[in-house]
Amino acid sequence: MNARLVRTVLGLLALLALNMLLPRALNPYFFQILILCGINVILAVSLNLVNGLTGQFSIGHAGFMAIGAYTSAVVSMRVLPGLLDAMTAAGVPLAVGHGVILLLATLVGGALAALAGLAVGLPSLRLRGDYLAIVTLGFGEIIRVLILNIDAVGGARGLSGVPNYTNFFWVGLWAWIVIAVSYHLLGSTHGRAMLAIREDEIAAEALGVPTTRYKVTAFVVSAFFAGVAGALFAHYLSYLNPSTFTFLKSIEVITMIVLGGLGSVSGAVLAAVALTILPEALRAVKEYRMVIYAMLLIVLMITRPQGLLGTGELKMPWSRKKAAPMPTESAS
Amino acid sequence: MNQQAGAALSLDHVSIVFGGLKAVSDLCLDVHPGELVGLIGPNGAGKTTVFNLITGVYMPTSGTIRFGETVLNGRRPHTICHLGLARTFQNTRLFAGLSCLDNVKIAAHQHAKSSYWDGMWATPGSARDERAIDEKARLLLDTLSLSDVADTRAADLPYGRQRRLEIARALATDPKLLLLDEPAAGMNPQETDALMHLIEDVRKRFALAVLLIEHDMKVVMGICQRIAVLDYGVKICEGEPAMVRRDPSTIRAYLGEDVA
Repeated sequence: MNARLVRTVLGLLALLALNMLLPRALNPYFFQILILCGINVILAVSLNLVNGLTGQFSIGHAGFMAIGAYTSAVVSMRVLPGLLDAMTAAGVPLAVGHGVILLLATLVGGALAALAGLAVGLPSLRLRGDYLAIVTLGFGEIIRVLILNIDAVGGARGLSGVPNYTNFFWVGLWAWIVIAVSYHLLGSTHGRAMLAIREDEIAAEALGVPTTRYKVTAFVVSAFFAGVAGALFAHYLSYLNPSTFTFLKSIEVITMIVLGGLGSVSGAVLAAVALTILPEALRAVKEYRMVIYAMLLIVLMITRPQGLLGTGELKMPWSRKKAAPMPTESAS
Repeated sequence: MNQQAGAALSLDHVSIVFGGLKAVSDLCLDVHPGELVGLIGPNGAGKTTVFNLITGVYMPTSGTIRFGETVLNGRRPHTICHLGLARTFQNTRLFAGLSCLDNVKIAAHQHAKSSYWDGMWATPGSARDERAIDEKARLLLDTLSLSDVADTRAADLPYGRQRRLEIARALATDPKLLLLDEPAAGMNPQETDALMHLIEDVRKRFALAVLLIEHDMKVVMGICQRIAVLDYGVKICEGEPAMVRRDPSTIRAYLGEDVA
């Protein structure tokens, strides 16, 4: 337990140090790609909880991201500026004040996304089969059209002027949290219950796993982190537009976790980073960019249909010996 | 455990109708604590349907199923499992992609005290649960001589051991009554012999009642204390093996002349 506290503190310090260092060391273009990598990691790893570990098929992740993005933006733009003024007046450093506002906005955005997840998941996850896919597909579109028609958040014009509070520290911290939560779950009886549902729902139920409760819980947690990713996204770009959160965004996240290997946390991380960098790296070949992107995906699907890592995990030299949650077919 | 006259499991005039088909009709059946009861009958007689009724997969159209004092009608399968009823499946339903150890651990799930939240943050409570579950699962694998394959994927086990693993998994739920659906299907004679001993052994060691569906008459006649015969969803005979073996209606419907 003590070693864990030390690890946590060291990790936080490292994040703070990198937060100071990176914006100066990298040019703004690379730094932006780095931040987007982090946000996509949060999205992919959180979706992996539902699609990868619990074996349900959700295709509405962009909807939850949108809820988190818009809610947090409204919170920090309309509700909390007063708090920032009060904190500055009380002598709190500006960076800390921004951090507090961002944290609160992120939590509210995540909470609302989680609530939406509960509302969507409760009816559709009681059933077995593809109902969730259909419902989440509809849900994502409903959210987008809803935002498009709410004038208070800019409608089709988009919402500009979101305070630019997201930095490397917060993106890194949340990515760390969602990855840690995934691994912790995998090492616990609750994560195993999720895997059991993926493997055989009827057997899981017969062995005493309350399947509906686990499916809904995983879905709500996943929605929360999608909301968090949305909030970080909003406070990084300072501008939101409903067209960012289309069905295609959801598919993009699904592509990441399928490519990484459904169920593999490190695979999701790896693929999220790769698929964020790849389109940028391919800018050099201009009009062939999307052709090559698609071709690479097809080649990967043919050569590694189980995804980059299959259901296995990358073994880090520093990972503890007992952290072998899955029977790894060695990740060659 | 109540060792008095009260049955552990009692089916009281239970029927289920699928469209125009009466799959199980007016079935009365008791299993007493510690008893080993066989359920036999030709293919399609409704034996597995009876299991599905007991475990809550289907809801009876009429009649009452009781486990001890509790009425099982309309309960979700996982709550029925929590009461102490565990089953195996006719076509094994292992968690194929997971290790044997994890298969058993999942079944020990209901005894964990820590919450999902604990699991998310790997709290000391969660770690305590994990140690207890791990210990229990390894002990069970050991009891069923499966410890050598603890880390093997369930799908990679030979068939006979998959059946064994399914029994280990069912035992991890701490059942009072074990429902075995054709555990000897597809086994060779040696494996079948070993299985018979295993069932007897497990029943005594864990003080279980067992309800057994099986087509291998050597197994059924050899270890069951009582046998019920099902044909077209109707119980046509019930009694001790020696009596069932000579029952004319059972011979006509199922056993055939040469066994008699």
